[in-house]
Amino acid sequence: MSRKICIDPITRLEGHGKIEIFLDDQGAVEDCFFQIPELRGFERFVVGRPIEELPRLVTRICGVCPASHHMASAKAVDGCFGGEVAPLAVKLRRMYYNAHYIHSHIAHFYALAAPDFVLGPDADPAIRNVLGVVAKVGLEIGGAVIASRSKAQEIQRIIGGRSTQDIWCIPGGVAKGLKPEELKEIRPMVADLLEFTQFSLQLFRDVVLANPTYLDLIANGPYTLDVHNMGLVDSNDAPDFYDGQVRVVDFEGKELHRYEAKDYAEYVAEHVEPWTYLKFPYLKQRGWKGFKEGIDTSIYCATPLARLNVAERMATPKAQEAFEEMFATIGGHPSRLLLAQHWARLVEMVQNAETLQLYCDDPEITGDAYRVIPQHVTGEGIGIVEAMRGTLTHHYTCDANAICTSANLIVGTTNNNAPIQMVTKKVAGTLIRPGVEPDQGILNMIEMAFRAFDPCYSCATHSLPGEMPLRVRVHRGGEVTHEFRRGC
Amino acid sequence: MTADKLQIALYWGAACGGCDVAVLDTDAFILDIAAAADIRMWPIAVDGKYADIEAMEDAELDLAIFNGAVRNSENEHIAKLLRAKSKVLVAFGSCAHLGGIPGLANLTTRDEILGTAYLHNPSLEKGSKTLPVPESGVNGSTLTIPAFYKRVYKLDDVVPVDYYLPGCPPAADQVKAVLQAVIAGELPPPGSVVGASDKALCEDCVRVKSEKRIKQFHRPWQIMIDPDACLLEQGVLCAGPVTRGGCGARCPSSGIPCRGCYGPLDGVVDQGAKLLSAVVSVIDSQDPAEIERIIDGLPDFTGFAYRFSMPSSLLQRSVRP
Repeated sequence: MSRKICIDPITRLEGHGKIEIFLDDQGAVEDCFFQIPELRGFERFVVGRPIEELPRLVTRICGVCPASHHMASAKAVDGCFGGEVAPLAVKLRRMYYNAHYIHSHIAHFYALAAPDFVLGPDADPAIRNVLGVVAKVGLEIGGAVIASRSKAQEIQRIIGGRSTQDIWCIPGGVAKGLKPEELKEIRPMVADLLEFTQFSLQLFRDVVLANPTYLDLIANGPYTLDVHNMGLVDSNDAPDFYDGQVRVVDFEGKELHRYEAKDYAEYVAEHVEPWTYLKFPYLKQRGWKGFKEGIDTSIYCATPLARLNVAERMATPKAQEAFEEMFATIGGHPSRLLLAQHWARLVEMVQNAETLQLYCDDPEITGDAYRVIPQHVTGEGIGIVEAMRGTLTHHYTCDANAICTSANLIVGTTNNNAPIQMVTKKVAGTLIRPGVEPDQGILNMIEMAFRAFDPCYSCATHSLPGEMPLRVRVHRGGEVTHEFRRGC
Repeated sequence: MTADKLQIALYWGAACGGCDVAVLDTDAFILDIAAAADIRMWPIAVDGKYADIEAMEDAELDLAIFNGAVRNSENEHIAKLLRAKSKVLVAFGSCAHLGGIPGLANLTTRDEILGTAYLHNPSLEKGSKTLPVPESGVNGSTLTIPAFYKRVYKLDDVVPVDYYLPGCPPAADQVKAVLQAVIAGELPPPGSVVGASDKALCEDCVRVKSEKRIKQFHRPWQIMIDPDACLLEQGVLCAGPVTRGGCGARCPSSGIPCRGCYGPLDGVVDQGAKLLSAVVSVIDSQDPAEIERIIDGLPDFTGFAYRFSMPSSLLQRSVRP
């Protein structure tokens, strides 16, 4: 008789994630389902609202990466008014978004990912969280992490008035400019953050790269997928987080697509399964082929590593050094080593800090021309940004009175829904062996598969740390024959 | 568990995570909380422990903080569980307090939400008719997902609540002050709104106010907003007059009108009705045709009036489920 392992609840996915693993008679993994039971219906209930209100409504999709939704929405709304934006506003938005990236990547790297590496994949679950990390690395480093994330938040507050649940972007630009005294306040924080990114890279070298076990886990573990990569690039094919062209590159490095935001629906489509609320985007021109790896697959990743895979280089010098070091260490560019996401996140953090510095040094940044008043309602707009967790698309239409008539959202993590399904199954299939009951360490190794994606099903998973509480039940027929608990 | 420490739990219902970020935004104070309290559950931060919570004695927790609205049966189940196990239950943030922005879903229907997401969006797989369903058969076994409720509820629709900490999200300094009061054992009378002012937001707003007489409303995209003058006096709809202060007037200070996330003032039952009352009182006309023209400048007034409070309004929803 076949058995089922149910991992439920996975509370750091908004409390409602669930993994069902089916085992065959021998106890090997037969199938695996990663289910997302959450739906709030933003695409429907923003209809009927004034279009300019959307950037401050959709931020509530995610309170951890609200700026991503705010920016994608602002760009889509700009499009509904013909697309003109004050050039200074674009700089200010980019500057703000750089700070947001740093906040989010610090939160993920230190609070969510670090426990697995600083404390170890099979550490005691009771300490495998951010407080355990602080205890291990010391209050000085812990304090520096807290202070750095706080500075990244504060920079956003100074520029845009708030750091969570952003309000600042309005059609044609932003609601306030940056005053010279505010820039003066920001400068030392930016310098500190730039230094902190270098500190973080060194910490990664010392803690992860210097440990052969971790290096082996990254390079030779089951955490790989033969799927394609998506991300925004600038005109020089370096990563661009706020704008640019979407580039899709296969896992061997060949460019499959390159398109403008307005053409997204020609390249991406979404598949629906009845057993989860989250849809499965795929490369439309290849068609839905199921959860299959390989050079012909239509599945892609949109993650920090995917962004570096589609990029040919970084946009700033220190980030370029970090990019080269990373790909030289993990066996070349592009890479399929999913655990390298954590490193990629640090490389991205460097580019964001360096870019932030450049904007601070821009003599025009404190100017007054931060907004133009839209003259016409043109009725449709599509905004794409790179959310921390993947390419984020907002597509709106509105009527002549600028009232929203439709909204379509393809959210960062949604892009990765199929890869997460696939890698969860792969890792479970590799680690759960016939005749051996899965223990706590194995459960964490399964978690590490999707944790690499920093999944943000409703933006809960990545804010703080540690241990995702799991309950694994082994069913035989209608009876629970074994129960394993880890933190629940 | 430590006998002399406070026993606390934090949980989210239908939420975005922003309330948890507000707790994180107290920065190093987080370490003080960890020193003063055993955090028995905080899914975002430490081991979530449904089973441990279930195994607790009633009222074993000193404090439970619940953010997010009640959108499905699991939200309600955990709300009831935490209520039973806690001496004090706090509705944290706009969604738990009033229903929040997800509560705008009460202006539409479940069928419309599902139809939009899975049948009509332009990027869906061509010809797809699949809808997620609570139970589906795969490999001869059954996969289940929760069916969500037809509408959104606020926390005190399903359990009694002791305190309300408003805001979307609550300001970090207010969160810190409330938690410090809890640690010091200095709690106000049950039923109070905490971490906020008892005066309207306008009291905290630095914009210059004079007489409010309005001949024309402007949407924020239509004009260049004066950096110093009251937004409402500029004809930009602002919920400041009918919204509790305490947020630091973050939005109007940045040139953006208030949308009411801190909720109504004491004694006000329906924040949206109060906003309607405030708005019509400043319209500068006695001519019905002109009044109509002025009001036409405020499309989707319902969506403004109940931006954060639809489930707590008198009508609660536009369609009876």
